[in-house]
Amino acid sequence: MIQLVAFYLFASLLIAAAAMVIFSRNPVHSVLWLIVCFFNAAGLMVLVGAEFIAMLLVIVYVGAVAVLFLFVVMMLDTVFAELRAGFIKNVPLGILLAIVLVCELILGLGAYKAGAVTLGTPDGKAAAAANVPNIQAMGELLYTKYIFLFESAGLILLVAMVGAIVLTHRKTFSPRAQNIGQQVRRRPQDAVRNMQPETGKGVEL
Amino acid sequence: MIGIEHYLVVSSILFVMGVLGIFLNRKNVIIILMAIELILLAVNINLVAFSAFLGDLTGQIFAMFVLTVAAGEAAIGLAILVIYFRGRGTIAVDDVNRMKG
Repeated sequence: MIQLVAFYLFASLLIAAAAMVIFSRNPVHSVLWLIVCFFNAAGLMVLVGAEFIAMLLVIVYVGAVAVLFLFVVMMLDTVFAELRAGFIKNVPLGILLAIVLVCELILGLGAYKAGAVTLGTPDGKAAAAANVPNIQAMGELLYTKYIFLFESAGLILLVAMVGAIVLTHRKTFSPRAQNIGQQVRRRPQDAVRNMQPETGKGVEL
Repeated sequence: MIGIEHYLVVSSILFVMGVLGIFLNRKNVIIILMAIELILLAVNINLVAFSAFLGDLTGQIFAMFVLTVAAGEAAIGLAILVIYFRGRGTIAVDDVNRMKG
């Protein structure tokens, strides 16, 4: 019974928050609704026993991606009302497309319920052993069978980080910056000259 | 009783919401990026639901990779958005085709 209540609570809040993300006028509100979305999706995932993905969702999405969105939205001082100019104009096409998509997905679900196309069954190699916590089972799979995929995921994150820094970094010119190469290359014979000027005359530098 | 179909319905609705968001907010690239996040979230719910349904953890592993790519995509997308805004002073994406080179 409590599962039923939890599922419908999470699902309805998820969909309501998703609607608010795309319909709200202020992008800051959109980001906040997106956070609500992620929390409810995490709830849905906990409900089926995928705790690791649920925690990852909260940490990565709410903790990193949503905050990134929030930073960027607040950094750009643009008039967001202007950007909604074409909203009404786009509604018919958008709704039409949404209806077509929903019909397709319902068709797919109906076909699935009527006896799905069997593409094979899991071979059991990746099945979670009984009485092992989800996180431990994930770790055992992730660091053995999918180790190279895991490492390439790290590489993707590194490339994304470097790319984001390269794209947004601005070189600031500072006249007082120390040029270490120039300092090291300087020799005494270039820098020092012994002169014996006549009295009352200056030195040609 | 909650079955796999319930999860599939939720994720389909979420996916359609994401597509609708892209179509409705065609000018505001921030909302478009958020709609893409919604679509990827729908994909993740689907992967996790099938993983639990089939008793196979591979779906959850791949949901994690989708999450990774989504985070990278958001970072790069927002970086592009920031330099686009610096150059043009607006984030309307109707005339992005001028962004050459």
